[in-house]
Amino acid sequence: MSEAKARGGLGRRVREHLVLVLGILVLLYTFVPISVVVLMSFNDPASRNVYRFDAFTLDNWLHPCVDPSMCDSVARSVEIGLLATLGATLLGTLAAFALVRHDFVGRSATNVLIFLPMAAPEIVMGSSLLALFVAAGFSGQLGFWTILIAHIMFCLSFVVVTVRARLAGMDDNLEQAAMDLYATPAQTFWRVTFPLVFPGILGAALLSFSLSFDDFIITNLNAGTTTTFPMYVWGVAQRGVPMQVNVIGTLMFAISITIVLAAEVNSRRRTRSLG
Amino acid sequence: MSQVAEAPGSEDGAATGKDATYDGLRLQKVTKSFATFTAVHELDLDIPRGSFFALLGPSGCGKTTTLRMVAGLETPTSGSITLAGADITYAKPYRRPVNTVFQSYALFPHLDIFENVAFGLRRRRSKDVESQVHEMLALVELETQARKKPAQLSGGQQQRVALARALINKPEVLLLDEPLGALDLKLRRAMQIELKRIQTEVGLTFVHVTHDQEEAMTMADTVAVMNKGVIEQMGAPSVLYENPRSTFVANFLGQSNLIEGTVTGRSADVTSVDMHGISVSVPTARTHVDGDQGWIGIRPEKVLIGEPGEALDAPGNTIPGGVITDVSFFGVSTQYLVRMPWGQELQVFEQNTGRTRIFGHGEKVELSWRPEYAFLLDHDQDATAGADRDD
Amino acid sequence: MASTAGTSPALAAASESTRKRGRVGYLLLLPALAWLTLFFVIPLYSLVATSLFDPSGSDFRGYTMSWAWGNYTDALQEYWQPLLRSIVYGGIATLFCLILGYVLAYAIAFKAGRWKNLMLVLVIAPFFTSFLIRTLSWKLILADDGLIVNTLQAVHVLGSDGRLLATPVAVIAGLTYNFLPFMVLPLYASLDKIDHRLIEASGDLYAHPAVGFFKVTWPLSLPGVVSGTLLTFIPAAGDFINVQLLGSPNQRMVGSVIQSLFTDANNYPAAASLSMILMLLIVAMVLVYVRRAGTEELL
Repeated sequence: MSEAKARGGLGRRVREHLVLVLGILVLLYTFVPISVVVLMSFNDPASRNVYRFDAFTLDNWLHPCVDPSMCDSVARSVEIGLLATLGATLLGTLAAFALVRHDFVGRSATNVLIFLPMAAPEIVMGSSLLALFVAAGFSGQLGFWTILIAHIMFCLSFVVVTVRARLAGMDDNLEQAAMDLYATPAQTFWRVTFPLVFPGILGAALLSFSLSFDDFIITNLNAGTTTTFPMYVWGVAQRGVPMQVNVIGTLMFAISITIVLAAEVNSRRRTRSLG
Repeated sequence: MSQVAEAPGSEDGAATGKDATYDGLRLQKVTKSFATFTAVHELDLDIPRGSFFALLGPSGCGKTTTLRMVAGLETPTSGSITLAGADITYAKPYRRPVNTVFQSYALFPHLDIFENVAFGLRRRRSKDVESQVHEMLALVELETQARKKPAQLSGGQQQRVALARALINKPEVLLLDEPLGALDLKLRRAMQIELKRIQTEVGLTFVHVTHDQEEAMTMADTVAVMNKGVIEQMGAPSVLYENPRSTFVANFLGQSNLIEGTVTGRSADVTSVDMHGISVSVPTARTHVDGDQGWIGIRPEKVLIGEPGEALDAPGNTIPGGVITDVSFFGVSTQYLVRMPWGQELQVFEQNTGRTRIFGHGEKVELSWRPEYAFLLDHDQDATAGADRDD
Repeated sequence: MASTAGTSPALAAASESTRKRGRVGYLLLLPALAWLTLFFVIPLYSLVATSLFDPSGSDFRGYTMSWAWGNYTDALQEYWQPLLRSIVYGGIATLFCLILGYVLAYAIAFKAGRWKNLMLVLVIAPFFTSFLIRTLSWKLILADDGLIVNTLQAVHVLGSDGRLLATPVAVIAGLTYNFLPFMVLPLYASLDKIDHRLIEASGDLYAHPAVGFFKVTWPLSLPGVVSGTLLTFIPAAGDFINVQLLGSPNQRMVGSVIQSLFTDANNYPAAASLSMILMLLIVAMVLVYVRRAGTEELL
């Protein structure tokens, strides 16, 4: 009797943890390429064309700009990323406030319009923008500004959705309480609404930056002669990838994971100090 | 200090509008209509300065809407609201000397307790914010929690912060929107006493909105019972309880037995009523019907129960022929359901004083009550109004 | 801290009316709406127009609108294979993403306990690195003399001169990897909302855990499944990076065709018409899919 129970117990224990184990395996799978990237950033390759680990070196980290066009492209991407983030966050936050707090005609049509860029295939969005620029006569002027325009366009939706979620989740009694306690509408906004929405805005900004920095398909079609970092990587992928590319990749990963983990630790620390 | 807001001769104690500079809170013909329905219908209310006033009613009756209009969070469709003579009907909430304790507390999650309580003072650029806040926190016994965030406090503590945050501004009127709803029973009882104590100490006008009739009766000097956007009756709790003027009030406050009867005679003191063949009398001061058909009302605790033929303590209306259909033992009391010859089941609450034995199911009994406890209501009213409560 | 005064009709009506009316709402919305209209909606018109240009023009000499519907038939005739391949590869990758993603999302939602947030962070973290760099790493991992290929050759899954790179396997593996978070996050959002007590209730009513899953968990997670599959399939079908880096010219997907028609061949009308065909195909599939799945709410 107890043996059957023990067997059943073991079976149940396996089943209990099976899903978790499988889940962790999937998670590990997502980290495999990253570990390769990090590893390769310390690689001293025997030849440019063979993508294989040969010898350990810190050279790549010490001299990242051996190929000046790589660092140029990183600078370009950062520039565009910052400006696109600024534009998308501003426009998107205003729109999110409109959607949550205000009444207007055509609400559902607006919601669809906001959602579409997130779901549309990048190649279609890129092609159509190119078609627009060409038709408008700007085919000779593709470059920094056309890239920026495109980036703001596809980051907008993500900002709206993120900020909207944060805003909608806010107890609207809080603003009424503030007004009840003698705060004018302006004071209510800056002292109550804004501080509470800010984490959402910040998250949206970070999301925008990474989307912009990483974009290839749309950027490539509308870049003209300008080169962003993803375009640079694409260019060298055929000829032979310099290991410094992996340095940038590792840096990107390290910075973003630091930010995200810091936020997580911060919120855990706050929750832990609860009575 | 506190007065009953029942003007002599007026039907339901509502505003008389005689005194142009009434120093309390006055609502005149206040109406609030939404697209689909009307929440508050031509409400007249006078709330005396310094009183603890309760606005009592079931959910959906319009009491919270009324409160929000006083706070300025809702604008009346028509009518006027004046406070100490000043018209505040359309004033913005941040310009009214009125503060609210919200049902969900609405504490600012990103500020600590100190800053939450100090919020109103800071907006008005008060001096000595520090000492005032510490004094107020001491009053609600939360001094040690000053630097914590709301999420770190228990429900009862949050409630006290919400109260402190409103009180510190010494408003002319403090509005409380079902503030004790989320607390468990013991804590609620403790807070009821606390709130009453604070109100007496501080002397401000408290307007407390609730659906809990026990709460309203224990805490308030004056209670207004609200139903479907209008005030049914207003007055001191004991007056409302003992002498209800509508079936709604009779059923909503405590419980009532309502028995059909036909008026057979009226005199200066007493109205005689034929109740299913039995002659009963109701004092004229407690007769609230003009026509012939009425509901005789008697509270279950006022009904005496005894063996058939036993001479009961009440030299009043005796109704024979009852059969017990249900007995519930409550320790403190026993509650009976007694089926009368005309088919109705009456409720009887008998304190277990040991005066009589506890009767059993199916036994034949006789009921009686002193006429001065009975009241007579208009037969046109729904006898079940107010009986169903959402609690 | 949600308000408990939910049931009163007056309060429901009141909260509707706290949405302010007036011009401010329109003003706030205007910049974003204008930007999207200008740079998302209107370009689509341009795309349609470009697809109907006379194919003999060029961006040097200029294009003339000639209502050349023939561009569409030409494109279909010429490129139906990459088109079909994109749908198929995208579909298979989506299916794999669904399986892997569901396991992961389920593990996080139901089994992770305190580590929920951390695991979510870990799901997203790898994808902060450049898409291209990650895909290039797969090139290394799946290399001909790499660990994976050697192992598979040793157990005879692959022939002695078999390879993974430049095969559909590598392309689909890359697609699956790259779009996994798009599947996991909506699935997680849906699964997380499910009240655990419902599953307990099914157990109480004699259901075996597997039955409980199919009858309770799966149906309730369907909105997440629908959004996840859409958010995965649509970009996957249009992708060409994976195929160019991990595949061979034999596995060309329609995305790379469109790309090269624009940049290399400079044949804008052909590229535009192919792009339109891809979009229409996807829209049609989405509509059919969403109607069959029965959920209107995607987000």
